[in-house]
Amino acid sequence: MLILNVILVIFLIICAVAVERTKDLLGAVIIFAAYSLIMAVLWLMLQAPDIALTEAAIGAGVTTILFIGVISRTRRMEK
Amino acid sequence: MDDIIVKTITRLIVPFIQVYGIFVILHGHISPGGGFSGGAVLGSSMILFTLSFGLPMASRKIPHKVTSILETSGILWYIIIGLAGIYLGGKFLVNKEAGFFMGQAGELISAGIIPLLTLGIGIKVASTMITLFHTIIEED
Repeated sequence: MLILNVILVIFLIICAVAVERTKDLLGAVIIFAAYSLIMAVLWLMLQAPDIALTEAAIGAGVTTILFIGVISRTRRMEK
Repeated sequence: MDDIIVKTITRLIVPFIQVYGIFVILHGHISPGGGFSGGAVLGSSMILFTLSFGLPMASRKIPHKVTSILETSGILWYIIIGLAGIYLGGKFLVNKEAGFFMGQAGELISAGIIPLLTLGIGIKVASTMITLFHTIIEED
């Protein structure tokens, strides 16, 4: 279980840095959805299943769709 | 988007998502979850419907006027329950001292006014999600 925890946290940090470094905003939104999914699993391992449920529904679902809706209204690449 | 696979899968899976959302809302006081999580799941099911069938069809299913009325009535329901606590017990949202039915801990019908409050929060959050998404993607 400790090995899985370490792998998840390392992947979480990689995702968080990659969101900040990516110039393509659509790619950044997709990486951010992966970040939210990892975060939901981590909440579940921290014995907080209600927060995990909310994170999986809001972070990985609704926020991603709202960001993609905003990107379709503006431009895709960061200046 | 005109894709028969996406439409068929959506038609099959949306009722299950909605049943799960209603389950999470109604069991908010005895299991993990509650009004916010269940409302988010309910709202996501209607967002999935809008994505696969398009905005005109979704607006026919649940018009903008209906979602705004539901959103307002959710928060009004919460305030009315809280004021009933003032009327019966002395403080806002008071539960046990006001004499509401407490029941056996762990059963579905128990805990006084908390299931009613969770229902109001769930309706409010679900209609807010739908209103936000429809407002973002509608054409000017």
